[in-house]
Amino acid sequence: MKVEEILKRSFLLPFLFAVLIVFFPFIFSNYYVGLVIQIFIMAIFAMSLDILVGHTGLPSMGHAAYYGVAGYAAGFLFLAGVKNFWLAIVLGMGLGGLAAAFFGLLALRARGPYFMLITLALSQVLWGIAFKWRSLTRGDDGLPGIGRPEIGLGMNLKPDLYFYYFTFALFLIAFAALFILLNSPFGYTLRGIRESESRMEALGYPVWLYKYTGFIFAGIFAGISGVLWVYYSGFVNPSYFGIDLSVKALLMLILGGSGSLFGPFIGAGIVVLLENLVSGLTERWSLVLGIVYVTVIMLFSEGIFSVFKRGRN
Amino acid sequence: MAFWIIQTLNGLSFSMMLFLVAAGFTLIFGLMKIINIAHGSFYLLSAYIGLTVLRATDNFLLATIVSSVAVILVGIAMQSLFLRRFYMKELQQVLLTFGFVLIIADLCLWIWGGNPMALPKPSLLRGSIWIGNVVFPSYRLFVILVGVVIAVGLWIFQEKTKFGAIVRAGVDDEEMLRGSGINIQMVFVGVFGLGALLAGIGGMIGGPFVGVFPGVDVSMLLLALVVVIIGGVGSLKGAFVGSLFVGLVDNFGKALFPELSLFTLFAPMAIILAIRPTGIFGKIEE
Repeated sequence: MKVEEILKRSFLLPFLFAVLIVFFPFIFSNYYVGLVIQIFIMAIFAMSLDILVGHTGLPSMGHAAYYGVAGYAAGFLFLAGVKNFWLAIVLGMGLGGLAAAFFGLLALRARGPYFMLITLALSQVLWGIAFKWRSLTRGDDGLPGIGRPEIGLGMNLKPDLYFYYFTFALFLIAFAALFILLNSPFGYTLRGIRESESRMEALGYPVWLYKYTGFIFAGIFAGISGVLWVYYSGFVNPSYFGIDLSVKALLMLILGGSGSLFGPFIGAGIVVLLENLVSGLTERWSLVLGIVYVTVIMLFSEGIFSVFKRGRN
Repeated sequence: MAFWIIQTLNGLSFSMMLFLVAAGFTLIFGLMKIINIAHGSFYLLSAYIGLTVLRATDNFLLATIVSSVAVILVGIAMQSLFLRRFYMKELQQVLLTFGFVLIIADLCLWIWGGNPMALPKPSLLRGSIWIGNVVFPSYRLFVILVGVVIAVGLWIFQEKTKFGAIVRAGVDDEEMLRGSGINIQMVFVGVFGLGALLAGIGGMIGGPFVGVFPGVDVSMLLLALVVVIIGGVGSLKGAFVGSLFVGLVDNFGKALFPELSLFTLFAPMAIILAIRPTGIFGKIEE
């Protein structure tokens, strides 16, 4: 294939995609606009997890921890009367990163299945604290009544339509930031570690420090998604820390294919649409989703788009 | 004084129930490196099935046998029909077992409803016992006894029987074990069934005092995780010591600082992870 052709192709798709996103609310009803908001937020979450899973080869099972920390931070802030979005997002990202900095110290000493076990346990402990510390978090009932934030700029986020474009803008910023990060020498080093830790060690890279930094970045970006979801849904409860969410993000990566930035987005799209479709159809949606999980793994455990990936390599 | 004795005995009985659940988890993880998210689901399923049999017959032994057979069959099916294909593929295993969590939890919700329920105690053990000047329910003492007996049984099984030796060899070097002509798939299925059985018995003996309700599956998983992280993954001794620790700390934590009870568990776990990432009895990896 000629160079121009490749360029044309690789520009055409994102361009068409952007046009579709911009005009989407004019074609589809509010319900679908809401779904796409969910997809953007979940895509940020899945992309942040992919820093660890796809790029560094660290199968984290507790990624909801950083999402939840940021979510609760934004919730508390709003209920305390602070409605400024920029403050909330900085705080959410900061706390997400801080939680990751702490958990990373404990988890990164282990490998493989042990790493998974520890990340799962650490996130579950946060779930337990949110569940039990009723005087602060109101336990399982959670904190309702969180409205849309103020962003200045003369824009009002209360209608879903505006929130949709705002979320899309943040998704693009997060996407671009991750693109730069993962295509920098830092990103290449992470993938080097994924392929062979001992070789990178021998080459003189401070492997632990790279993994630790990647871990913190993953927490920071997960924080963005947690804050956005709180403002979208209007409440925060212990399910923000739930094992369901951490595992769901892994499913997105498996479905969309990890190690690229578009994969997590596609995976998020499939999972969000599927969840909403199934929960609209039957009261037993949890059962159906469980069957979906099992079926997906049995049939497409290498990712639905793994065929393309193989072709590319 | 009475407070301390009662709370200690409560803690010990909770510990022993927890040991059964955690021992199953640690056996499966130690041999196959499977993080069985659905481990708590065996507790849930077993307790509900036991409840139904108890309501029909009021025979605790019969209920235990029926629910045990049921969870063993479910466990064996999970391993031999599904997990077997994804040996050492951790992400796939996690997603599969999580799918089972959703399926089993929703089926149980469908059949038994969402209200918390407690299993009736065995009729012989409904009374109380005087210990010095403290009254204590005899069922709780029975639970401690069951836990100790099963712990000893597991120890004998692992150290003195041929199957136990095969399992230990598999934990240490699974490839060599294959090489020596052992049918490892059968061993895997056997251990998975045993792990499910242990969690199932945990559900039966925990049913009368912990109860059974939607969400208990994930709580049990969390507690088992903390136990094996503290005690060391793959080690029965670790599961025993970790359970004693977690059961007692959890019980005193709940009694003394009810809101922060999980934090009293978390702090020791974090300290152990920081000092000795493989847990107290875990093997240090290279």
